[in-house]
Amino acid sequence: MKKISAIIAATLIAGISMTALQAKEVKVGFVTTLTTGGAVLGKAQKNAVNLAIEHMGGKMGDLDINLIFADDGVKPETGKQATDKLVKQDNVDFVAGYIWSHVLLASRKSVLDAGKFLISANAGPSPIAGKLCHENFFSTSWQNDQTPMAMGEVLNQQGVKSLYIMSPNYAAGKNMVAGVERTFKGKVLGKDFTKWPGQLDFSAELAKAKASGADGLFVFYPGKAGGAFIKQYQQAGMKDVMPLYTVFTVDGISLPKFQAGNLEGVMGSRVTQHWDPTLDNAQNKRFVADYKTKYGNYPAFYAAQAYDSMFLIKSAVEAVGGDLTNMDGMRTAMKSANYESVRGKYTYGNNHMPIQNFYLREVVKDSEGAWTTKIVKTVFENHQDPYAKDCPLK
Amino acid sequence: MDFTLLFIQTINGLQLGLLLFLVASGLTLVFGILDFVNLAHGSIYMFGAFICASLTFFLGNFLWAVLIALPIVAIIGYLIERTIVQSLYARNHLDHVLGTFGLILVLDTLAHLIWGPAGIAVPLPQWLNGRVEIFEGVVIPTFRLLIIATGSGVALGLLWLVNYTRLGMLIRAGASNRTMVSALGIDIQLLFGLVFALGATLAGLAGMLIAPITEASIGMGGEIIITAFVVIIIGGIGSIKGAFIAAIIVGLIDTLGRSFLDTLFKLVMSIEAAESSAPAISAMLIYILMAAILAFKPQGLFPPKVR
Repeated sequence: MKKISAIIAATLIAGISMTALQAKEVKVGFVTTLTTGGAVLGKAQKNAVNLAIEHMGGKMGDLDINLIFADDGVKPETGKQATDKLVKQDNVDFVAGYIWSHVLLASRKSVLDAGKFLISANAGPSPIAGKLCHENFFSTSWQNDQTPMAMGEVLNQQGVKSLYIMSPNYAAGKNMVAGVERTFKGKVLGKDFTKWPGQLDFSAELAKAKASGADGLFVFYPGKAGGAFIKQYQQAGMKDVMPLYTVFTVDGISLPKFQAGNLEGVMGSRVTQHWDPTLDNAQNKRFVADYKTKYGNYPAFYAAQAYDSMFLIKSAVEAVGGDLTNMDGMRTAMKSANYESVRGKYTYGNNHMPIQNFYLREVVKDSEGAWTTKIVKTVFENHQDPYAKDCPLK
Repeated sequence: MDFTLLFIQTINGLQLGLLLFLVASGLTLVFGILDFVNLAHGSIYMFGAFICASLTFFLGNFLWAVLIALPIVAIIGYLIERTIVQSLYARNHLDHVLGTFGLILVLDTLAHLIWGPAGIAVPLPQWLNGRVEIFEGVVIPTFRLLIIATGSGVALGLLWLVNYTRLGMLIRAGASNRTMVSALGIDIQLLFGLVFALGATLAGLAGMLIAPITEASIGMGGEIIITAFVVIIIGGIGSIKGAFIAAIIVGLIDTLGRSFLDTLFKLVMSIEAAESSAPAISAMLIYILMAAILAFKPQGLFPPKVR
């Protein structure tokens, strides 16, 4: 009896996988953060991906889209397990997502060794742009150093002579600090790498920063640490003494919360980014307007990049007429970045990191009183990351 | 060395220590007296923060929100004890760990369902949001002083409760011999329920006090519970006095390590080596301290005499 049911089960399973093979569909795995405090970033990405699929009418070319979300819990080991499952069990054609640099670094090998495409929709750690670059890896975001490099340039232009730096102690945090130090010409009076992700109380570091007497304070605190940092910065009364310059800390996710908590201290603060909800192109207008209607708030850059990642995949699938075995064709298509990106036109470098503009943004109130950002000026035009030269790809 | 900075950092360390004490005191009461390992203690801390955050928006005032949230957390603690924890007392510590770990997952997901993943920033009234200049050059946020005052007050109150009241006497008696206490006609189950609720209230209070500084967020309990365990192990499990002293030591060592370790390291090694090793070492300091203390005093600094 046992044997018979086992045979029936096996036949059924074989039957299911047969239909899966026959069905005309493209399988996309999306690894992001769906639990823990980081879930708010993952939710933004998930919303954007779902919106992208909706805008595509559920199809890439003639193929249906089979989308599988997976959770990394902000942990490299969890992210790698989720990636392994997507690659081995679900046998997806593309793996996209990855908010966190350490999670991406732990997971990249699983995808690339299996001969699949890996699309980062956020994380851009330096090794992946340099020595560990791979022909099947593409980014729809940036290399970690680029955004803070733009901020370093802004600091020079504003005449900031000395700087205090705070950043979390993990892969991206170190890249951010390296980035700003690469372009900032003044003196760095002190640096703190704080425990990540556990530390949310920055009293000791803020006291040190204040005692250093620097002209400005540069920080990188993504996710909930950003909210905690801004509160304590305001409570310590440092707004008037030491202006704040941030990257990836003040965004479409934290601003509504700051507004609810009445943290006026953040108003007018300046950030650098490759994208802004006010960027004037058709794709971005549609994305921002529909995102606001559907989810009730401004999209953050996490969402914009996730939205782009789906359209990059779509451009690849359509270029090969739905023949997903044609890896070379899809690679060439993606390399040309021939799709409507919400940031406008950009190109890919030899390491498949975007060569793109970086803007200075300012926190403002929109016409309805909601807190958001607008572009002040362009800091870098067609900027390429500094690690591209270490990448052996042509 | 800059003594103004040293003074400010000492106050910051004291504040962190007192906050740790609020969490650790509840943990040590439950661990020492009920002989129950409660990993979910941190989740109650998180619930305190979230309930207080919601009430702050509902009532428009942080202090009222705290006063009303405290009994709510106490009731939640009592209900958890009656429904779940009670049936685990008779089992071994490993089952406690397993059961309360499951409870963490349930409570975290519950918070996710009720309040969403975003976390809540808690606004403070204007008079608490400012700063106080203690003397020339030493400016401390008012709210951090409030935490120090509250923490010290609760510590004194607890010491009085445990050492000089009838309830405290029963608690201590229950810790040394629970069968004897119940044989003398004391409702030991009610007593244990009260102790658990007290521990929950203390943890909830800590969550309410930290929420305006960081925010109420999912998983905030997991960040403090490990440190709280370090505190009660250093202090001696079951000892309120030990928890107090250990919490202050841990708070000071952690804060001062984060503040001055890189400066110290730069004296003996290259700037780059100091910058990369100081954060790693300062994150480890309290564990190194714990290991050192356990090597010399395996029971902790102040083990309760009766055990």
